[in-house]
Amino acid sequence: MPIEIDIAHVARLARLALGPDELEIYHAQLGVILEHAAKVQSVPVSGLEPTAHPLALVNGFRPDEVRPSLDRDEVLAAAPEAAEGYFVVPPALEGS
Amino acid sequence: MSDLADLSIAAAGEGMANGAFSAGELLEAVLKRASLTEADLHCYLTIDHDGARGSAHESEVRRREGTPEGPLDGIPIAVKDNFCTRGLQTTCGSQILAGYRPPYDATAVARLRRAGAVIVGKTNLDEFAMGSSTENSGFGPSRNPWDRERVPGGSSGGSAAAVAAGSALGAYGSDTGGSIRQPASLCGVVGFKPTYGLVSRYGLVAFSSSFDQIGPLAKSVDDALTLFEAVAGHDPRDATSYPGPAPVARPELARGAKGVRIGLVKELAGEGYEPAVAEATTKIVEVLGAEGADVVEVSLPTFATALSAYYLIAPAEASANLARFDGVRYGLRLPGDTVEDMMGRTRAEGFGPEVTRRILLGTYALSAGYYDAFYGQAQRVRSKLIAELAEVFGRVDALVSPASPTTAFELGAKTQDPLSMYLTDVCTIPANLSGIPAISIPVATDERGLPIGFQVMAPALGEPMLFRVAAAVERLAGFSARPELATAGVARP
Repeated sequence: MPIEIDIAHVARLARLALGPDELEIYHAQLGVILEHAAKVQSVPVSGLEPTAHPLALVNGFRPDEVRPSLDRDEVLAAAPEAAEGYFVVPPALEGS
Repeated sequence: MSDLADLSIAAAGEGMANGAFSAGELLEAVLKRASLTEADLHCYLTIDHDGARGSAHESEVRRREGTPEGPLDGIPIAVKDNFCTRGLQTTCGSQILAGYRPPYDATAVARLRRAGAVIVGKTNLDEFAMGSSTENSGFGPSRNPWDRERVPGGSSGGSAAAVAAGSALGAYGSDTGGSIRQPASLCGVVGFKPTYGLVSRYGLVAFSSSFDQIGPLAKSVDDALTLFEAVAGHDPRDATSYPGPAPVARPELARGAKGVRIGLVKELAGEGYEPAVAEATTKIVEVLGAEGADVVEVSLPTFATALSAYYLIAPAEASANLARFDGVRYGLRLPGDTVEDMMGRTRAEGFGPEVTRRILLGTYALSAGYYDAFYGQAQRVRSKLIAELAEVFGRVDALVSPASPTTAFELGAKTQDPLSMYLTDVCTIPANLSGIPAISIPVATDERGLPIGFQVMAPALGEPMLFRVAAAVERLAGFSARPELATAGVARP
């Protein structure tokens, strides 16, 4: 069964601005990989719950204590662009 | 011993304790070895000469004052470049993080510093630990010390090659689908993936959070345990960290395999396994039997689909984890008219092909309409595997198999066919899916002189049994071959 992949849609969801040639290559490769991965669909798993954590631990809470945070200037120093204590990004909304 | 760089951690610790040499002399021997081998092998992305010399000096002072920290004090070790190190470049092998200097240490790194270890530098890896050869590194591949035309395995290939070459006495890696054990196998060193949760993931740049686990690569089983002990234990900063005390394995090292029930995994053999690997595995199973272990063949049918489940779950988790590389807080940024434009261009430019492929794969597997058929189903396969293992571990104490179906392959052999590269992880992935501990021990060489690894797996938190069997395997195999480093100036005993 060939697997249907809208690769341009997937790339957009993943915020990857790929060109048409790249999309074509990844489309073909994903098809091969997913065909192999689809083997999971042949495993009888009725009655089994999905496993998200191998040791089945419940959530590990820690005491809610005030502790020192990372230094703001040090963190902002790693940013591509920062000003007045903030990260700077291009406009997120049209017309802004 | 002709060169301090060839010492085990245990022997080097003894040498410093009895004053035969200092931490500084040991470090200089390791740095000299690195200076001779790096052009060929490219184990490191960053060597921290100044930081390491400072740490070695502090270690000497502690020893002089009679207050050494423990078995790692003054030991030169290497750390994979996906561990955050405060102020020291951390790239994850990705151009998207070139030049990034984290403002904090990973918990494992902080514990190493407290233990007095000397961190030589940061080792090469497949980009974001995705790969099995280091060929996916954004800074060029590492090479195998046993044959520089071959890969060291991956993704912790730089760590494995550094230990094999003597440019570190021991190293740390991360193992998501075999990224410690497979390169250890291909480089002839010991590689150990602990039970999921025993080593904090805080500060390990996340790839697939429900699989990622930090562990050691070392010259011996004893050294691997020492490195594990230094970083194991609960950390409140990792919500998936195991809350109890780490199991104590050291008393088990000398107990031998007599009376231990061992299961040889039927599914990890046959087509695709090189004859030399199959023969070496059979030989070790025989000598374990001769020592008095009770060896039986066991079948775990879901092992056959573990790889498929892994290559859905791991990319799905990766696609979410790698969303943080968006050109805003750290790393690369390409200009864009809108924030979405900037992010798309930055990510397309900064991520290499394998990372891009896995993000696309994971995004697809999680997307509307396909979630149940792929991701949900894979998570149920994982439950089935865990149930099968629980049943089998009622009958046997440990499982054994090859660590990799083949010995080291040539550079470029699998880069054009992603699926063929994925298949190299077939022996190691079940332990990640189920969270159980597993270790690779070098046991033999093939007809080309390349090392072969043997894998031991134990139930979750079964490190005492794992190390008992691993130490027996190491002793029975008597593996003593070393790579002949072609580099001028490195004399081997």
